[in-house]
Formats: sequence, C-alpha cells, structure tokens
Amino acid sequence: MRTTLLSEALPDAGWNGSGPLVEVDDIHLSFEGVKAIDGVSFEVSNHELFAIIGPNGAGKTSIFNCLSGVYRPQEGSIRFLGNSIISTKPWKIAAMGMARTFQNIELFPNMTVLDNLMLGRHSSLDYGFVSAMVRAGRAERSETQNRQIVEAIIQFLELEPVRKSYVAMLPYGIQKRVELGRALAMSPKLLLLDEPAAGMNTEETEDMARFIMDIKRELGIGMILVEHDMRVVMDLADTVLAMDFGKPITIGRPRDVQENEDVINAYLGRPHAVVETQPGGTA
Amino acid sequence: MISGGLDFGVTMGAFSIETSRFLQAVVEGIALAGIYTLIAIGFVIIYKSTQVLSFAQPALLIMGAYMASYVSITLGFGFWVGIAVAVVLSGAVGYLTERAVLRPMVGKPVFAVAILTIGLDIAIRVVVGDLIGVSSRAIGTPTSEGFGAPSLPWGSTPVRIGDAGGLGGVVIQPRVFAIVFTAVVAVGLLLIFFNRSRWGLAMRGSSFDQEVALAQGVNVGRVASLAWIIGGSLAGVAGVLAATSFTGLSQSSFLIALKALPVVVVGGLDSIGGAIAGALIIGFSESFTSSYQSQYFPWLGDNFSQVVPYLVMVIVLIFRPYGISGTKDVERI
Repeated sequence: MRTTLLSEALPDAGWNGSGPLVEVDDIHLSFEGVKAIDGVSFEVSNHELFAIIGPNGAGKTSIFNCLSGVYRPQEGSIRFLGNSIISTKPWKIAAMGMARTFQNIELFPNMTVLDNLMLGRHSSLDYGFVSAMVRAGRAERSETQNRQIVEAIIQFLELEPVRKSYVAMLPYGIQKRVELGRALAMSPKLLLLDEPAAGMNTEETEDMARFIMDIKRELGIGMILVEHDMRVVMDLADTVLAMDFGKPITIGRPRDVQENEDVINAYLGRPHAVVETQPGGTA
Repeated sequence: MISGGLDFGVTMGAFSIETSRFLQAVVEGIALAGIYTLIAIGFVIIYKSTQVLSFAQPALLIMGAYMASYVSITLGFGFWVGIAVAVVLSGAVGYLTERAVLRPMVGKPVFAVAILTIGLDIAIRVVVGDLIGVSSRAIGTPTSEGFGAPSLPWGSTPVRIGDAGGLGGVVIQPRVFAIVFTAVVAVGLLLIFFNRSRWGLAMRGSSFDQEVALAQGVNVGRVASLAWIIGGSLAGVAGVLAATSFTGLSQSSFLIALKALPVVVVGGLDSIGGAIAGALIIGFSESFTSSYQSQYFPWLGDNFSQVVPYLVMVIVLIFRPYGISGTKDVERI
C-alpha cells in the first residue's frame, strides 16, 4: 500500500494562478503545403482533463508538439500559465512545468528506471558538479529530497520491483508506466499524455486509466490526453475536442461528442462538417 | 623525486634481457594508451553529445601544450600554473568552437560538419605552429622553477626495476606515472560526473535523444557546450602530457592526436569503455611493434610502429565495422 499521497510527494506540482492553464487561439501549422493544424482553439483550465480525439493524421500529436515548443505554428497564439510560449524554447517550456509522454515510448533505454525518473527532476535538481562529487551541503539535501520524490512516484506507479532495472529490459506496459513516472517527476503543472493506452491489453489499460484518475484526484493538475481507446476517453475526460484533417469538428462534454453525427462520420471516413469559426473556449 | 633511481634488483630478482624488453614494451604501451585515452574520451563525449565528429582535437591538443609551455617556461610561472592555464584555455577554445562555429551548423549533414572541424583544425594548427617555431620547446617539470628549467623535461630520475648490473631491468620514466595517474583520475571524475551529477545525467540522456531530453527541461545547447569544454580540456591535458616526452613540444606534436582516430574506430565511437580498450590495443600494438619489429621484420624499415595504429584500424574495420563495443547505428563517414 502507498504511504504517501502524490500531492505530499510533489508539493510543487500544479498551478495556483487564476485563469486558464493553457489558451490555444486559432493556431495554424503547415509543412510545405500540408496543413497539419488549421484553425484550432481551446482552453484547458486547472484540474481539467481535456481529451483530443480524431482519426489518424487529424493533427493531435502536432498540437502536442506545438504546445511543447517542438513545432512553432505559423499563425495563432499559445499561452501557458498566462504567458505566451509561441517562441519559447522547448526546454524552457518543460522547465515551466509542461511534462509529456510520447506516442511511441521515448525513454532512455540505456538507463535504469531510477535514472530516467531522476532525469525528469533535471530542472528541479539544484547543485553543481563539484558539490555533487563531494555530496556536500546543498547537493546532499537536494539529492535526498529528489530521491524521496522519485521513490514516492515509483511507489505510486507500483514500479518498486524494477526500480534498478534498465528500461530496455522491461515489458512494454511497464515502460509506458515508467514514462508516465518520468513526466510526473517533473512536478508538472500540465501533463500531456499521447496515447497512454496504445498497444496495451485490457488489464494494462485499466491500470493506466486508474493511474491517470489518481493523478487527477491527488494532484489536481490539468491534463491533455490524446487517445484512441474511446472507453478511456469517455471514462476520464471532462471535455473532448474532436478533430479531423487538422480542423476541429466539435468540442464539448464526452457524451455529446460521442453522439455527434459529424464525429461518427469522421471516424467512418464519411463526409462531415467541421467548425469554420471557433468560439474560443471550452464548452 | 627519488634521486638515482630505485634498485629493486636484489629483492625482486633480476629480469632477463628478454623479460625486461617485454616489460619495457608494456610500460611504453601503457604510457601511450594513457594519452590516447584522454584524447579519445574527449572525442567520444563530443560525438555522443552533439553527433559531431571532431577532427579539431589535434589543434586543441597542440594549443594546450603550447599554452602550458608558454606560461610555464617563457613567462616563468612554473609547471603547475602552466598546466592549469592549458586546461582552462583549451576548454575555453572548445567552448568557443562549439558556440561560434558548430552551433550554427546544427541540423546540417554529419559529413559537412566533420569537414568544418578539419578546416578549423588546420587553421588553429597553423597559428600555433607558427608560435611554437622551428625548434622544440620544453614544458617544464613539476620540480623546475620556471626560468632556466632543463630543456629535457621530467629530469633523469627514472624508476628502475629488476636491474642486474645494467644488462636487464625495466625503466619507468616519471612521466609514465604522471600519464597513468592523470588518465585514471580523469576517467574516474568523468564516471562520477556522468553517474551522479545532474548535468552528467542530462548529457547521457541527450546523447540518446535530444528531443526527449528537451522535453525533460534539459538545455541541450548547454549540454553541447559542456561536451566541448570537456573534450577541449582533455585534449589540452593530453597535449601537456605528450610534450613531456624527450622530444618536447614541436610543430609535429599534434600527430599523436591523429591516433585518436584509430583508437575510437577500434573501440567504437560511442562508448568511454570502448575508447579505453581501443587506447590500450593501439598503445600496445605500437609499443610492441617498436620493440620487436626491427628484430623480426627488419625489412619493414624504421618507424614502422607509427603506421601500426592505422593498420590495426583497417583490420578492425574489415572484421568489426562498428568497433569493439560500438553500437551498429553509428554513422560512418
């Protein structure tokens, strides 16, 4: 059984400011003629679990890459914690508190689970090379504190048996969990989850959904979820944005989006309407 | 330093001439391997962190050695100040190289960037070669006082083991101890750095995938700077140690750094352990060739040992194209 709540282990996670956590306003992104994102707007508030759904190639991962600073949209604005991040470097955005997991697991396979999670603490570790070597003063305290945080996350994600294992040796479902752990280690204010349940069996999917729900309940951080498994989306999301061909189809509560004709048609490859002018805001 | 040398001949028994010759080759091989290790590790760290094959290491090496000689002998500040200045300055030049020349080349083909480092190497070497001049320079010794230091560095007080009336015995020059000590300390510090420190962990992460490291809040640009500072300093240290030989520092001292290429090719481009193994293999093949070749293969001519590292490299490339411990997806040019 867990002895610490995530909120106790990660006191600096989450955001205390007011206003929306993320504001995406009419962003456009194209690659040499291909429109990846074509006029998408939405807001995610603190504590909200916002899901983005749509067929393959709808532009879901491109939105993640714009948010995390890997792509820079040609038009539109993105604000995170109230600041524009449209030209902020990816590592600075990450250090501001935006953590992500990747569609295809992107762990450091040549490192242990523990080291992967410690690397997630990079922006929070606060000591230099010399003090690290002699393990003196601030480095000692910082190291101990970060170790405690990482151990609490390991406990939360039930990774104790593999904490010193090299990631490359672990099964897929466990690797997915380690990646979630590394994102949590960043004490995020916003968590981007790119298909956390992809390629998992029913049991692993249920475990993952439970972890996400626990994170939401205990940390209360905003999350954006891209997922194809509709049961996961319907169970977890507060708000759903449905997209196709880089354009938004509809945005609203999970039930309403699920029953929307255009969304169903998009998944079936039938012609459907898209939203041409965005209301700008969550439903 | 112990004067007159140590004679262990009585207690350890005298070595036969053949044993002495063999052990002497081992000692020389270790000395070479120590220097090669320092150069090769710098090369590997730069490659792993930035995917740049740095052919500028010879220039960084000879510049470090020149700085040490200038500060130690010409300015008369003594050996220790000289070596400190050499380490700091060659690290600084490494940093500047990355910031000014290589940062703008991010995303360009590996080949183009590698060629750029060759150009840089030639440019720096021409300038430093001019500063060195035609005659060789001394680098000083830890015991010298600066001005008026002996022109032959590191004195003449070697340790002798197994000496039986001047016929056998192994001679270990003090510089060999300095080289081994420096290489071991440098490797140890780097291992601690990579395993314990925040930036060491960040460097290991970015060497695997820069984009993912960025997503963890790692400033990958700073990782590249750090890699070049480490690579530059290591080359500078290696230069100082190389210049402690009896030939001192000359315009051709940079040649030793060229052998870092066979070393990393043999060991594999992407591992520090491989670099050390490669350094030992190349060091020993060179020293054993230089000891035995004139006896068994005299028709190969003088100085054949200088060719051996490249010969070993060619043989390894034929049978293990990715080196002894290299991973297979490493780019080759």
